[in-house]
Amino acid sequence: MRVLVAMSGGVDSSVAASLLHEQGHEVVGATLKLWSGAGDSGCCSVADVADARRVADQLGIDHHVFNFTEEFETSVVGPYVAAHAAGRTPNPCVECNRHLKFRRLLDRALRLGFDAVATGHHARVDHDASGRPQLLRGADAAKDQSYVLSVLGAGELERLLLPVGVLTKAEVRAAAAERGLHTAAKPDSQDVCFVASRTSGAGRASFLAERIELHPGRVVDARSGAPLGTVEAVELVTVGQRRGLGIASGGRPGARSYALAVDVASRTVLVGAEDELLTEAVRLAERTWVHEALPPGTEVLVQASAHGRARPAALDGDGVRFVAPERRVAPGQLVACYRGDAVVGSGVAC
Amino acid sequence: MTLATKARPPGAYLDHAATTPMRREAVAAMLPHLEERFANPSGLHAASRAARRALDEARDGLSASLGCEPGEVVLTSGGTESDNLAVLGVAGRRGGTVVVSAVEHRAVLRPAASVGARVVPVGADGRIDVAALAALLDPGVSLVSVMLVNSEVGVVQPVGDVVAAVRRLAPGALVHCDAVQGVLWCDVAALTAGCDLVSVSAHKFGGPKGVGALVVRDRAAGALTPLLTGGGQERELRAGTENVAGAVAMAAAARLTVAERRTTVARVGALRDQFVDGVLAGAPGAAEPAPRALRVAGSAHLRFPGVDAEELLFLLDAEGVAASTGSACASGARDPSHVLLAMGWAPAEARQAVRFTLGPTTTLEEVEYATRAVLGALGRLGARNQLGD
Repeated sequence: MRVLVAMSGGVDSSVAASLLHEQGHEVVGATLKLWSGAGDSGCCSVADVADARRVADQLGIDHHVFNFTEEFETSVVGPYVAAHAAGRTPNPCVECNRHLKFRRLLDRALRLGFDAVATGHHARVDHDASGRPQLLRGADAAKDQSYVLSVLGAGELERLLLPVGVLTKAEVRAAAAERGLHTAAKPDSQDVCFVASRTSGAGRASFLAERIELHPGRVVDARSGAPLGTVEAVELVTVGQRRGLGIASGGRPGARSYALAVDVASRTVLVGAEDELLTEAVRLAERTWVHEALPPGTEVLVQASAHGRARPAALDGDGVRFVAPERRVAPGQLVACYRGDAVVGSGVAC
Repeated sequence: MTLATKARPPGAYLDHAATTPMRREAVAAMLPHLEERFANPSGLHAASRAARRALDEARDGLSASLGCEPGEVVLTSGGTESDNLAVLGVAGRRGGTVVVSAVEHRAVLRPAASVGARVVPVGADGRIDVAALAALLDPGVSLVSVMLVNSEVGVVQPVGDVVAAVRRLAPGALVHCDAVQGVLWCDVAALTAGCDLVSVSAHKFGGPKGVGALVVRDRAAGALTPLLTGGGQERELRAGTENVAGAVAMAAAARLTVAERRTTVARVGALRDQFVDGVLAGAPGAAEPAPRALRVAGSAHLRFPGVDAEELLFLLDAEGVAASTGSACASGARDPSHVLLAMGWAPAEARQAVRFTLGPTTTLEEVEYATRAVLGALGRLGARNQLGD
């Protein structure tokens, strides 16, 4: 097969390219230029591109850089900022996968005559009993990335290769070292690439402050309506958050206070005790299905963050209903639904 | 692990604006100075005197090619250093306002931006708007920098008109001309005769990379502060042991280039016309946005509506055809060209443009091969676009 490997310059995609090359596929590497932050030379991380190119040279494959900065701005950064402005908690990596890696890149790969796209994600593509493609959790439970790929449909999975999904991270590093790959000892990358380049913690706030107005907010007891404190930026509060809510004496006696809801319009954060955070159901928007939509009542496992616990639930008309009450999911977060190890679909929490 | 090598199809090299292959005569001229005649020209012994003589002769030769006095040639590491020295050298010594065109190379734009330069717009044809320039000129202007030939679209700028406007409206200002893309195609000596500072780079005309020159006319010599200080070489304007071999090769390449220029322009211009006309005939919708009459003979700049230039270049590369979009950043990604944006193109349109640049070594076979490759790639992209929809 002719395979286009998305090479980030990290060890996982380096090994992915290497394995496919060894399996006899005709492999070409591509690094996506997604972000040109202010203050640098106007380029993506030159060092990461150089790492990908060095590995491609070691393998004797061609390497290209694809400039997707405009699409990244439109499909990822813009919605990320807008979601924060609306008091939601977006997941830009998912949107990047949804729009760029597995739409824009796959479209391009097919136009350029490739049969498939490969990445270094820790997840597996397999076929079910009836021969349909399915996305499975990676072999390394601690590194599993099926969550961020759960937005993909069968049409995309059909064209996707994930060669390192059958390996643990340690095995990936060993494979890279064995082959003398330039990136064998490179540390794992940060999550939000365009924010992480700044100093952590304050990075997100300073990034958003350049693009939207951040407003101080009142922190209010959800039951009594009593004012408990203030936050510097209501747009940065996430539902479920406990720290940084500016509550002087812990709110109600004996209870830890969590953000239960964020209302940007009135610049208010409602807080309450842990039991008030519990909910029976999550409503989902932007729902996707790997195959056809499954009927309400179907039992699923629900995962609401990249390395979160899978919680038993059942599909209902407009989302999922937990078997036992669970902490609520911050609006804007991706919810991935599994049956066993296989992804069946996803949605974004409302 | 060994580096794998891969057989390439025959192909065509149409990226001469990026760099040119070295002329055999230039290679031959420089080799003795890398081997037996290696001495430092600043020494006090016979070997150094020989090196000094070679350097002096190279400077004589280059000055004849560029239309200046030998003492006016400041040897540098290439076009970028020459441009930086011109802009930052004048701004550093004289202060005042720097004025540049919007379509200059980044080696001018970035140092100019660092000193708060005014930027002159260009017209849709890519030529500097001289009236707009005039409106930005005043006695506080210390330097005006306008290129001779645009590196992306190949348009020749009206440098003479620029000089006249500057002398009239900002008589104290110096005029710098980045002639890096001009040497192959234009009579640089005549066209830059009125300029005070002129940048050239050897590898753009068959010389080696890593050597260039800034012509600093005598009247401008005191107006620059050096970027590199130390041993006082190059009239105190550029310290560092001289690149003797590079200078000798640059002078050889310049001499031959100038001597052959008329025939080169006629021959390559005909190949360019054949290539462009062939592509336009086979690809309805393709267009040549900047007027051909304003452009140098090696420039074939085309826009393919509905086609992503990055994808076209990918397919051409696979066929062994080297071309460019004109502005690659250090990561190798292609940004929408600041030149095309300055000419009024939308970013989406700029992403559809490809720069093919022919050179003195371009052959008819290459042009025929490249024409077929471009049309074939367009066909595949078009067909797949339709299938994809």
